[in-house]
Amino acid sequence: MNRVALEKKVLGENDRQAAELRERFREHGVLCLNLISAPGSGKTSLLERTLRAWPRGERVAVLTGDIQTENDATRLKRFGFPVKQITTGGTCHLDARMIDRHLADWRLEEIDLLFIENVGNLVCPSSYDLGEAGKIVLLSVTEGEDKPLKYPSIFFKSELLVITKIDLLPYVPFDISKAEENARKVHPDMEMVRVSNTAGNGLEDWLGWLEQRRRTEAARAKSPA
Amino acid sequence: MHELGIAQSVLEAVSAEAARHPGSRPVKVAMRIGELAAVDPEALRFAFEALTLDTELEGLELEIETCPRRHRCLDCSTEFLVKDFDFACTRCASTRSQCISGDQLELAFLELAEHEPSST
Repeated sequence: MNRVALEKKVLGENDRQAAELRERFREHGVLCLNLISAPGSGKTSLLERTLRAWPRGERVAVLTGDIQTENDATRLKRFGFPVKQITTGGTCHLDARMIDRHLADWRLEEIDLLFIENVGNLVCPSSYDLGEAGKIVLLSVTEGEDKPLKYPSIFFKSELLVITKIDLLPYVPFDISKAEENARKVHPDMEMVRVSNTAGNGLEDWLGWLEQRRRTEAARAKSPA
Repeated sequence: MHELGIAQSVLEAVSAEAARHPGSRPVKVAMRIGELAAVDPEALRFAFEALTLDTELEGLELEIETCPRRHRCLDCSTEFLVKDFDFACTRCASTRSQCISGDQLELAFLELAEHEPSST
């Protein structure tokens, strides 16, 4: 019997492509953020709100992933920014190759902020690096406040938690402090905002976080590696 | 349910390595999976068996080592296992720590056997 060491990551090929994307984003000054949540937590609605509030002429773009339909891209294109749908045809997550392929006819030097809306799923997207600068996880108040404990991987890997649908808090038994406490158990220094995409409250906190994040990324890009 | 794609990636790595060892056949592949990797070992085994059925890799053994979450204290550098999301350092009780292990999804090794010479 002959034993040979493999000692490599299973998703090494994805990681390699993601590292290439990350380098291209850095080179062109693109801040790329990967939005992840369960289906129906409000990723598309948050992006609609974001694009609606975003100054025209600013260079924002969105890649939005789903298993089927162009519906999300249709919703997001109304705001006049470049939006492209990625339909995975059954795959439950986006991978770096899909991102690379769908960026092929966009000029990165014309984009400052790129949102990737992942396929609705709290498990699989957490394994696939897309070359993003950061992951953002959404949790709506109609879900369980123990979700961070049930799906620790994605809460551990995301820098920001966006709690959505807070206008529904009076009607559901969701304990928002408990949810935040659970997220901190998994990820002690996680940042958090609370929003309602329907009523609009909390959106200034989300937009403020984005602005701050862009500044820190720009500062990081300028400082010598 | 991304275990099918992960099993496929494992088998591609096995085939690539096996091709470098003519005259042998792979009998066991070993992986390390962290508890934060979001990969279910049972679903992975199921996918692995389904993908190898009726192929030359049928019967290939899959060994999985599950890796718990380990942190290193930022104050006293002690390394400790995190259980039930308790991040307090086991030595100095500081809650400032850094995750150093637990999100692996790695191939460890491959075992190959010499091809049996065909019986005469």
